[in-house]
Amino acid sequence: MSIELLNFIETVLNGLMSGVMYSLVALGFVLIFKASGVFNFAQGVFALFAALTLVGYQTGQVPFAHLINELFGTNYHNWYASMPNFLAIILTMITMIALAWIIERLVLKHLVNQDPIILFMATIGLAFALEGVGDLMWGSDVKVLDVGIPSGGSIWLEEATIGLAAEGSDYYGMYIDVLNVWATVIAVILVVTLALFSQYTKTGRALRAVADDHQAALSVGISLRSIWILVWAISGFIAMVAGIMWGTESGVQFSLSLIALKALPVLILGGFTSIPGAIIGGLLIGVGEKLAEIYIGGYFETGALENWFAYVMALVFLLFRPQGLFGDKIIERV
Amino acid sequence: MRIKQLLIGMTASVIAVSSYVEMAIADLKFPMLVYRTGAYAPNGIPNADGFVDYYKMINARDGGIGGEKILHPECETGYKTQVGVECYEKNKKDAMVFQPMSTGITYQLIPKATSDGVTIYSTGYGRTSAANGKVFKWVFNAPVTYWDGASIAVRHILKQNLGNIRSKKIALVYHNSAYGKEPIRTLETLAKKHGYKLMLLPVDHPGQEQKATWLKIRKARPDYVLMWGWGVMNQVAIKSAASIKFPMENFIGIWWSGSENDVLPAGQGAHGYKSLTFNAPGTDYQVHKDIKKYVHDKGEASGDGSHFGTVLYNRGLFQAMVQVEAATVAQKIHGTSKITPAMYRDGFENINLSAKRLEELGFKNFAPPFKITCENHGGSGLAAVQQWDAKSKKWNMITEYMYGDSDVVQKLIAEDSSKYATEQKIAERCK
Repeated sequence: MSIELLNFIETVLNGLMSGVMYSLVALGFVLIFKASGVFNFAQGVFALFAALTLVGYQTGQVPFAHLINELFGTNYHNWYASMPNFLAIILTMITMIALAWIIERLVLKHLVNQDPIILFMATIGLAFALEGVGDLMWGSDVKVLDVGIPSGGSIWLEEATIGLAAEGSDYYGMYIDVLNVWATVIAVILVVTLALFSQYTKTGRALRAVADDHQAALSVGISLRSIWILVWAISGFIAMVAGIMWGTESGVQFSLSLIALKALPVLILGGFTSIPGAIIGGLLIGVGEKLAEIYIGGYFETGALENWFAYVMALVFLLFRPQGLFGDKIIERV
Repeated sequence: MRIKQLLIGMTASVIAVSSYVEMAIADLKFPMLVYRTGAYAPNGIPNADGFVDYYKMINARDGGIGGEKILHPECETGYKTQVGVECYEKNKKDAMVFQPMSTGITYQLIPKATSDGVTIYSTGYGRTSAANGKVFKWVFNAPVTYWDGASIAVRHILKQNLGNIRSKKIALVYHNSAYGKEPIRTLETLAKKHGYKLMLLPVDHPGQEQKATWLKIRKARPDYVLMWGWGVMNQVAIKSAASIKFPMENFIGIWWSGSENDVLPAGQGAHGYKSLTFNAPGTDYQVHKDIKKYVHDKGEASGDGSHFGTVLYNRGLFQAMVQVEAATVAQKIHGTSKITPAMYRDGFENINLSAKRLEELGFKNFAPPFKITCENHGGSGLAAVQQWDAKSKKWNMITEYMYGDSDVVQKLIAEDSSKYATEQKIAERCK
């Protein structure tokens, strides 16, 4: 095989893997939008908050330590030296469920039947508030997140592919980060679990009913409030998974909240209401931006296509299919 | 009614008294443009803490500068240029000096501060050609500029290759902003001089995703990678370099890409990574002992005190020390402790931080000595290379402080500043 072809395959594979990371964030958006019609701008901050909380539990950090010490002149920093990963993840999940409940009680409950734009604005406020709370609770230092997921280039793949190029050629084998492979496996498990849950459980069917028609669901006795708490909690769980993956890659820090911006073009491509759409959209964006950066990036003086090409793709897509690949068809009656 | 009137009266008195106290105590205003929130907060916080702790120490130990207390109001910029300009406008009245802590903000403030008569001090960042004091009267960027930095990095590479890098390939991974673009011109000029091939790889803000950039590096196999990064971009780049097994000893960051924050998330993978620096890390200095005694032990530390002695905290101490020294020099020149912003600028232009003076200030062996003159606002142009030891989690200085290629750098500074002088119709001074 020619090195050019091998490099192309490598770029596509890496694009697919990055796409999975975007999909993990987009999934949380889709779930909430489907069930409550809310475009949750705070989803990125959810991922950040979950990752901060996880590291806080792992390292025994005292929440609000800085504030407590400032107010009472104390010097508390850590409860304990470390906590097993499994326990820390469970505690983080419980925290995210509690957060979903608080959001429902303090925000959503008071905004039932409001215009979507009001709900959207509320989530913008929520994003800023949660970012501030995260800062006060856990501080804004860069934190190292290690839950035992391996990362770094796959030596196995490198050795397995080095022989594919013509003999004597200057080829070093294919590169894929093991962390991204794990992210893919976890995303597949998540999607399958979500599909099984919504298809075969009573709660799952209630969730789908709410997603289809709020009024009809209410009329058959489904509690909108408990479904909303459930959906926000699931989306908090997905945010935790996304936070773990992104936090492992770059350290847990406040720029993590900006990953939400990566999910927007994914949603435009895949549709706001489709779980498979979030996955396919993510993959398309991932591959598209990597190919653009590597093969046409050199023609742009400013470069750095990797970050903005996704939006160009989304914009072009909007012109031809505004509802996205798998979104509900827009039918306008006159 | 009486109670209401009494309360209003009391509140008014408290406000009046506190304003009076503030005015009477805080005679020298050093506004701080900080970023304690947002994507760049992990770097902004330790740096700002260094500034604040130093100012507090000077106020507590010496009773201020020449008896005048330092007032250091903070304005949060979030590393956003527009907000930085607003912060400047809000705080410029009676301000002695602004440290913008962002090259983008510095570029915007240069013409404003020049017309307002306010000193801008961009320590080792900002517009490099501002080193030419003949054109940039109100701007200082000592002790070293980005162009010095680029040429010092190339000098280090030259040393490692016995002076011959003709067949070498050097990549620059840079923050796609005014800051990141600063070294390009110097590196291009040096590429012509030394015959190496230069690869330019921009990374957009914030730099969370750089996979394509590092795939390009993996394919092109440059011999060295230089980095002008900030915030999360540094951590992702160092982790990505480790992931593609790029030899870390051939990966060199500028001094803003060489803090503990940048290397810790990569764990053992960051071992051997290098960066330039113009100040030492650690706490073995008199200034640290004084800060501990007069600030931390009294429970007055900025933040939780956990950044004490880190690279960016120490840089904040150094930056604050230079700003305070400028006021001391100004007071001596003009024979008054109550200096004006114009007098302060005179002080800045006559700073002479010799080894002896640095020792007096508690900074012995902390940074190389430097001097500012009317012509030279860029200082000594000295920087060293430090290397990260992931096992002991420590930065180690591996070279002496060295000069860059002054022939190339000075020529570029003269060209760029002369162009600016023509555009802005500025007559050269210091004749």
